[in-house]
Amino acid sequence: MNELPQQLVNGLLLGSMYGLVAIGYTMVYGIVQLINFAHGEIFMTGAFGALTVYAYILPDGTSMAIALPLMLVGAVLVSVTVAVGAERFAYRPLRNAPRLAPLITAIGLSLALQQAVWAWYPEAKSARTFPEIPGGPFKLGDVTIQTGDIFLLIAAPISMAVLAYFVMKTRTGRGMQATAQDPDTAKLMGVNTDRIIVIAFALGAAFAAIGAVAYGLKYGQIDFRMGFILGLKAFTAAVLGGIGNIYGAMIGGVVLGIAETLATAYIADIPGMDKFGSQSWADVWAFVLLILVLLFRPQGLLGERVADRA
Amino acid sequence: MRQRSLIAITAALSAGALTLTACGSRDSGGDKGSDSGGTTVTIGVDAPLTGDLSALGLGIKNSVDLAAKTANKQKTVDGVTFKIVAKDDQAQPSAGQQNATALVADKTVLGVVGPLNSSVAESMQKVFDDAKLVEVSPANTNPALTQGTDWATTKKRPYTSYFRTATTDAIQGPFAAQYVFNDAKKKKVFVIDDKKTYGAGLAGTFTEEFKKLGGTVVGTEHINPDSKDFSAVATKVKNSGAEAVYYGGEYPQAGPLSKQIKAAGAKIPLIGGDGIYADDFIKLAGATATGDLATSVGAPVEELDSAKEFVANYKAAGYKEAYGAYGGYAYDSAWSIIEAVKKVVDDNGGKLPDDARAKITAATQNVSFDGVTGKVSFDEFGDATNKQLTVYAVENGAWKAVKSGTYSG
Repeated sequence: MNELPQQLVNGLLLGSMYGLVAIGYTMVYGIVQLINFAHGEIFMTGAFGALTVYAYILPDGTSMAIALPLMLVGAVLVSVTVAVGAERFAYRPLRNAPRLAPLITAIGLSLALQQAVWAWYPEAKSARTFPEIPGGPFKLGDVTIQTGDIFLLIAAPISMAVLAYFVMKTRTGRGMQATAQDPDTAKLMGVNTDRIIVIAFALGAAFAAIGAVAYGLKYGQIDFRMGFILGLKAFTAAVLGGIGNIYGAMIGGVVLGIAETLATAYIADIPGMDKFGSQSWADVWAFVLLILVLLFRPQGLLGERVADRA
Repeated sequence: MRQRSLIAITAALSAGALTLTACGSRDSGGDKGSDSGGTTVTIGVDAPLTGDLSALGLGIKNSVDLAAKTANKQKTVDGVTFKIVAKDDQAQPSAGQQNATALVADKTVLGVVGPLNSSVAESMQKVFDDAKLVEVSPANTNPALTQGTDWATTKKRPYTSYFRTATTDAIQGPFAAQYVFNDAKKKKVFVIDDKKTYGAGLAGTFTEEFKKLGGTVVGTEHINPDSKDFSAVATKVKNSGAEAVYYGGEYPQAGPLSKQIKAAGAKIPLIGGDGIYADDFIKLAGATATGDLATSVGAPVEELDSAKEFVANYKAAGYKEAYGAYGGYAYDSAWSIIEAVKKVVDDNGGKLPDDARAKITAATQNVSFDGVTGKVSFDEFGDATNKQLTVYAVENGAWKAVKSGTYSG
C-alpha cells in the first residue's frame, strides 16, 4: 500500500497549523520589526479560552455543532485580549527603545503567561483533555482523515482567504501595507499607525486562536507548554516563507510540516541513513531545509524584504 | 542569523525559569527530638509532591508516614520514636540534590525513602553516599543505579548506600516480551522509544528478549518527546503490518501516541512499562486505549494477602491521597530502614551509636522481613530480591491486572 498520500496529508495538516500561528509572527514583524516570542503563548491561552467555554460556561453535554463556534469565539476573545494587552502594556512603551528591549520583554512575557496558566488555571499542571468532534474517520482512497482534522482543513484556507482580502482590499488593510513599508510616511499620510499596530497584533492572535482550537481538536489535549515548541516551529515557518509576507507564512508552514513528516517517513529507507530517519531527527531535517532555503534565497521562499533585519 | 541565538536564549531562559519554580523548598524540620526520654529518628522522604507526578509522590509520602506511625504504635524499636520529614523534588534532579543536601544536614535523619524518578536518584546518590546515609527507593527502575552504567556487560555497584524495593527495567522489558510473545501471541512488533534513559533502556531490553523468543521487530522509531504530532509515525506503524506496538517511555507521550496509532487505522495494542501505568495514560489515549497493556513492578497491592493489613491501615489513617502505584513499596522501603535501625539499636545495647548512619546502611544490606509486597531483602547490588511484575490491561477506562509473575533469566 502506498504510504505517500497519507503522509502528505499528515504533513499538510501539521503544516496548516504551523501556518496559522506563523501569520501572527509575520504580521507583527512586517509592521513593527518585532519578533513576538510571546506569540506561542498567545496561541496557548487561546486553547485554554476555548476549553473554558466548553468546560465551565456551556452546560455539560452540549453538542459540538453548537459548542464549536462558541469555543472559537472564546478562543479568539482570550487570545486577542492577551495580545492587545501585551501590545499596550509591554511593547508600546518600548516602541522607540533599542530593538533588543522589546525582544527580551517578549521572552519574559512568554514565561509569565506560561507560568500564569500553570499556576491559576484549574488542573492545568498536567495536560487537560479537549473536547472532540464525534464521528468516525473519513476515507478517501488510501487516505484517512480524522474528524478533528476536518476543522483544520476547512478553517486554514478560509482564514487565509479572509486575511488576503482584508489586507489587499480594505482601507485598514492598505493602511497596514503602508505602515509596513514606511511607518513615518504612512503617519504623515494620515494613517493611524498605533491603531494599525494593534490591529496587526489582534489579527495575528485571532489566527493563533483558530490554530489553537484546531490543535485541541486534533490531539485531544492541551497543556500550558503547548505554545513553546509550536511557537518556535511557527516562527521557523515564517522565516522559511519569508518573514513579513503573509502568504509566505502559510506556504512556509506547509513546507515545514510536509518536510518533517516526509523525513520521519522516508529518510530511514535511504541505505545507510537508518540512524537519521526517526521522528526525533525530523526537526534536524526541517532545519537543514531551512538553512538550504536561506542560503539560496535569504529572503525566504516568498519574501520580498531582505531577511537581514530578523 | 541573529534569531538563532535568540532561540538559544529563549530556551535557556525558560529552562532556567522552570528550574527556579521547582526550587520552592519545604520547611526543614530539623528539630531535636527527645520526647519521653527516648530518641527520635527521622526518616526523610523525597518525592514529587507537586506537579505532574505528584499523585505518585504523595502516595509514597503517606505510605512512609504510615510505616513510621505503625512502628511507633507497635514499639518496634524500644526507646526510639520515628517521624518523617518530606521534601518535594518536583521530579527535577536539581531539586532532588538540594533536598538530599538538606536531609544530610539534618542530624536526626538516619534513612531516606525516595525518590520516584531514576534521573533524580542519579543526582542524589553521591550526596547520600558521602554521608553514608542509607537511601531506599520504592520506584526507581533504571538498572544503572545499582549495577553501574555498564550493567549490561559488567555489573559494578556504584554506591553502597543505595537500595531499592522496585524491580529494574532489565527485568521489566524481557518480562513484557515474554507476555507479548507467549500469552498475547503477537509475533510482529513495532518498537518505539523516546530516546531517554528510561525509555530507550526499556525498549532495548524488550527487543533483545523478543527476538530471542523468535519474534520479529517489523520497525523501530524514536519519537521526539516535545512533540504531540505522531501522525507520520502512526502511518508507518499501520503500514508495517505490526500486531502490537511496544513503547519505551512515559504516559504524556504514550497517550497521544496510542490514540494516533489507532486513529491511523491500526487497531493494535500499545504496550509499555511502568512509565505508562498511570490513570492519565487512559485519559490522554481516550476511548481507543482499551486493550493497551502496561507492565509494572510488583503484584497489585490489593491482591496480596500481605498487603491487606497495609490497605486497611492506610484507609483507617484517612490520608487524602491514594497510595498509588508505589505505596506498598514505599512502606516496605521505610520498614527496611526501621528494621535496620532496630538491628543497630539492639546491637548497641538499646541506644543509637555515634556512627549510626554508617551502621544502619550496613544493616540495611542484611534486612529480611515479610513486607507489604512480599519478602523484602536486597542482593549484592542493593536490588530487591523480589522480582515480581504484573501485566495490566486497559478495560472500561481503568487498568486491570491481567497476569503477575516473576521473570527468571
